[in-house]
Amino acid sequence: MHCSTRQFCTFNVENLFLGIDVQQIQEVIRYQGMTRVPLADASISGLINLRGQIVTAIDLRVRLGLPPRDPDAVPMNVVVRDEDNAVSLLVDRIGDVLESDDELFEVPPTTVSGEIRDLLVGAYKLPGRLLLVLDIERMLAECDTRAADPRRAG
Amino acid sequence: MSNADSELIAEFVVESQEGLVNIERQLLAIEAGGVDVDVEIVNAVFRTMHTIKGTAGFLGLDRIGALAHSLEEVLNGMRNREISTSSELVTTILHAADYMKQMIDASETSNDVDISVHAAQLHKFRPGAEPSAEHDRPVCPPVSPTRLDSSSSMPAAAAMNSDAVREFIVECCENLDQMDLSLLQLEKEPASDKLIRVIFRTMHTIKGGAGFLGLGRLEKLAHAAESLLGRLRDGTLSISSPIVESLLATVDGCREGLRLLELGRDDDQFDPEPIVRRLEAAGRGEASSSKAGATAVSPSPAAVVDGPVAAEIDSVEKPEAAVAAAKSQSETRSGGNGSAPEGNIRVDVGLLDKLMTRVGELVLARNQIVQYTSRLEDPGFISTAQRLNLITTELQESVMKTRMQPIGNVWAKFPRVVRDLASQLGKQVRIEMEGRETELDKTIVEAIKDPLTHLVRNSVDHGIESPAARRAAGKPEEGLLLLRAYHEGGQVNIEIIDDGAGLNLERIRQKGVERGLVSTEQAARLSDRDVAQLIFAPGFSTAEKVTSVSGRGVGMDVVKTNIEKISGTIDLQTKLGHGTTIKIKIPLTLAIIPALVVTNDGDRYAIPQVSLLELVRLDGEAASQGIEYFHGAPVYRLRGKLLPLVHLSNRLAITDRSTPDATGSDRVVNIVVLRANDHQFGLVVDKVNDTEEIVVKPLSRQLKGLPEYAGATIMGDGTVALILDVMGLAVAAGLATDLRESNRAAAAQNDGRAGRRMETLLVVDLGDARRFALPTSMISRLEKVSAAEIEYAEGREVIQYRSAIMPLIRLHEVFGSRSSSDVVEQELQIVVYAEDDRRYGFVVNRIIDIVEIELSFAAQNDSGGNLLGTAVIQQHVTDVLNLHRLARHVGTPCFAIR
Repeated sequence: MHCSTRQFCTFNVENLFLGIDVQQIQEVIRYQGMTRVPLADASISGLINLRGQIVTAIDLRVRLGLPPRDPDAVPMNVVVRDEDNAVSLLVDRIGDVLESDDELFEVPPTTVSGEIRDLLVGAYKLPGRLLLVLDIERMLAECDTRAADPRRAG
Repeated sequence: MSNADSELIAEFVVESQEGLVNIERQLLAIEAGGVDVDVEIVNAVFRTMHTIKGTAGFLGLDRIGALAHSLEEVLNGMRNREISTSSELVTTILHAADYMKQMIDASETSNDVDISVHAAQLHKFRPGAEPSAEHDRPVCPPVSPTRLDSSSSMPAAAAMNSDAVREFIVECCENLDQMDLSLLQLEKEPASDKLIRVIFRTMHTIKGGAGFLGLGRLEKLAHAAESLLGRLRDGTLSISSPIVESLLATVDGCREGLRLLELGRDDDQFDPEPIVRRLEAAGRGEASSSKAGATAVSPSPAAVVDGPVAAEIDSVEKPEAAVAAAKSQSETRSGGNGSAPEGNIRVDVGLLDKLMTRVGELVLARNQIVQYTSRLEDPGFISTAQRLNLITTELQESVMKTRMQPIGNVWAKFPRVVRDLASQLGKQVRIEMEGRETELDKTIVEAIKDPLTHLVRNSVDHGIESPAARRAAGKPEEGLLLLRAYHEGGQVNIEIIDDGAGLNLERIRQKGVERGLVSTEQAARLSDRDVAQLIFAPGFSTAEKVTSVSGRGVGMDVVKTNIEKISGTIDLQTKLGHGTTIKIKIPLTLAIIPALVVTNDGDRYAIPQVSLLELVRLDGEAASQGIEYFHGAPVYRLRGKLLPLVHLSNRLAITDRSTPDATGSDRVVNIVVLRANDHQFGLVVDKVNDTEEIVVKPLSRQLKGLPEYAGATIMGDGTVALILDVMGLAVAAGLATDLRESNRAAAAQNDGRAGRRMETLLVVDLGDARRFALPTSMISRLEKVSAAEIEYAEGREVIQYRSAIMPLIRLHEVFGSRSSSDVVEQELQIVVYAEDDRRYGFVVNRIIDIVEIELSFAAQNDSGGNLLGTAVIQQHVTDVLNLHRLARHVGTPCFAIR
């Protein structure tokens, strides 16, 4: 493998074209029923049984501060490894695995704002479009602190 | 040395070690055979030794070869009956074999090792050699000074063979633990030759190992002890208390030496001299208490044990005593505590943990497949699924077993703790253990070690009185501390029972008030049981004087916290002047637990059964009126006491149900009564489903911050269910957590208790997971009848019973047992119920227990009145049967024939 290129699993959320390094991906699976977790952060959709492994599903739309998904649309699970566990990211549509040269990478410009700003590592300038790369570590970790928030009333 | 060589050597090491292990067993068999030598066995030993000699020679391991040669010669003599077999001879061979084992372990340095001692020893036995006055000298002659010097001048050897050293330390620690027990046993049975021999051999192994690794000081200590033991064995010295004391001190000294070694310190930091002097003094028959007092690890007034020991020495060689000693010896060995017997391997605990996780997943997959089979017709698939089911269950049990350790492992050190502590306090305490083999998950064994030690020390220190006080109270001077462990309902019970003074409840009440734990009027209202619970409060101590052992006011609360950490409970019963019983209940394992599954707002939740007290079901009138409001907070009058209610829906912020809704009379309220710490509260859920064994899975870190959940699990249908954390729910719901509150609650609860009636129930199972209970007041007899006795009348099963016809009612048919076993039993367990002149036989699968509980449950209508209700008995949801109704169900008058 050439060391200056990386492979990305790509997907769409709303109008965003996002990618995660394939090394971090465990698998991509179809949407399946899940058990909701009352009191958890709103971005946590629920728990999935992935072949006996219990996986927490995070809705990227909520996580990235985007409008909610059309109720008829069925999201996909992008399962990423997280320490000893696995976490699933709910995305709208799954794309191809793309290989990109490191030279095409650039950090986000300062003008990018909103919740998404902190969760992006940067972007690859692909022909005709930008592939935004998610900061998985930060995203999973931040969920952490938010879930720990004692938001329980009375 | 080339690679090929080192491979050969590695192979040689493995092979020879196996051979030597076998030899050991064979030699012991030879020893047991006495003069009638079984030539076959000797031949086997000879062949093994010959192989070792040949290979060692080939590999250039000359010293090993030479030693093997000496051994071979002697064995040859035995084979040809030129040398008569004696226990001494076998011991010598064993010593040489042990030594050889060490040499082979470190084969690369084996050529620098001195074998002349062993060779000379062996040589003496050869035909023609004088059988010299063996008795007067220890079997192993004192190590020559030159050897001592050379070994102490090579401390580097220890560093070089760090693997060997580590192994030595582990092995020694095991041996020393074993020796502790043996020595205590010896004190009781001074006539036991066998014990002395065992101790001698162990000490000799330690000495050999120490010598080989160049640990001169440790070796010296072991040697001194060995010499003393040698004299005991030969009968030139008889056992006395100072001797046992000095040997115990040796054990401690060795431990200290090993500890230093483990820390990487040099051997010469360890000073065995005081103990060696003590051993020598003991050997000369001097009382050591005064001289060695300064250095002794466990100084104790010798007088305490002198009496009985001397008495037993007089009755020399009691055969029963020897047998008992042998028995106890084999018991401790089979308890997994002795040096690892062959066929055992050491496995990394991490690997076992992983295995456990995988099996947990397999169990879940199995559950799912079993659920699918109910929808499918394919017989091939169904039978395969059944096999999978069976194998998985067995696999799960086996894997769980690998992690199981007998509680005896923790207890093993207690006899010593008790002995030392008792003599320090001038008390006489006998420790007894029941259920040593009761097994627990390793993590739990680790977790209870400290709490148990504390409780045992407490019992000796505070519980058992001084001999004088005991005599005055008309009790035997020797106090009894009984440790008992047994399995019950998927849990392990551990009891620590002493026959000491018991707790002075008045004094505790007083102290409780003094410390501000309870108010004066509260204290007056507390029941005895609740007063006893006060000692678990932080900062509580009634000890009149603080001893070095206990009484500092820390401890019992820590004990309680630690036990609760592993979902255990601790309870204390005491009777002034008669003793105290502490009862600990802990789960077998933390990975797979029984849980009650409930449904709320369409989701299922699992509630660990350890927190479950009872289930209350309100329907119709009761549902709309049963719940009252205490300034807005819902409560239910449970046997006259207000039980705070928590709506699960509210707690989880799903819907608001706190306001009474008048949705009609069909509404049903299910209250799950839970215990969190010392609090009771009722959790209101939509539906109570069933109990299940669940595999606990931790939540991902994104959800760790939610105290309401203890984890998640996968249900039989493959969906995920959250496990509720009862404690977390209670705290989140704002239930008070300080002791004052809980005691008031306990007191209030106690007031209510008076009005309740106790009922004795027979608990049975019908062949599946469910449990049923029958009020014993309705039962006339329990019978077992053979299946052949069954006859038929009007198409019903009947038997002849007391010259009448008694109809049989198979309860599992009435309640639609889900058990798949249609096995025809040879013997039926029958519960006989008599009504008027008629008798009815209820067939059950198995009688589990008879329990006395305060019966309280809500009547259920869904079983056609066959049930009186449902209660939680021994942490299992149990249906209580209405025998009267069941009998009506089947009974027809024609069976009333006399």
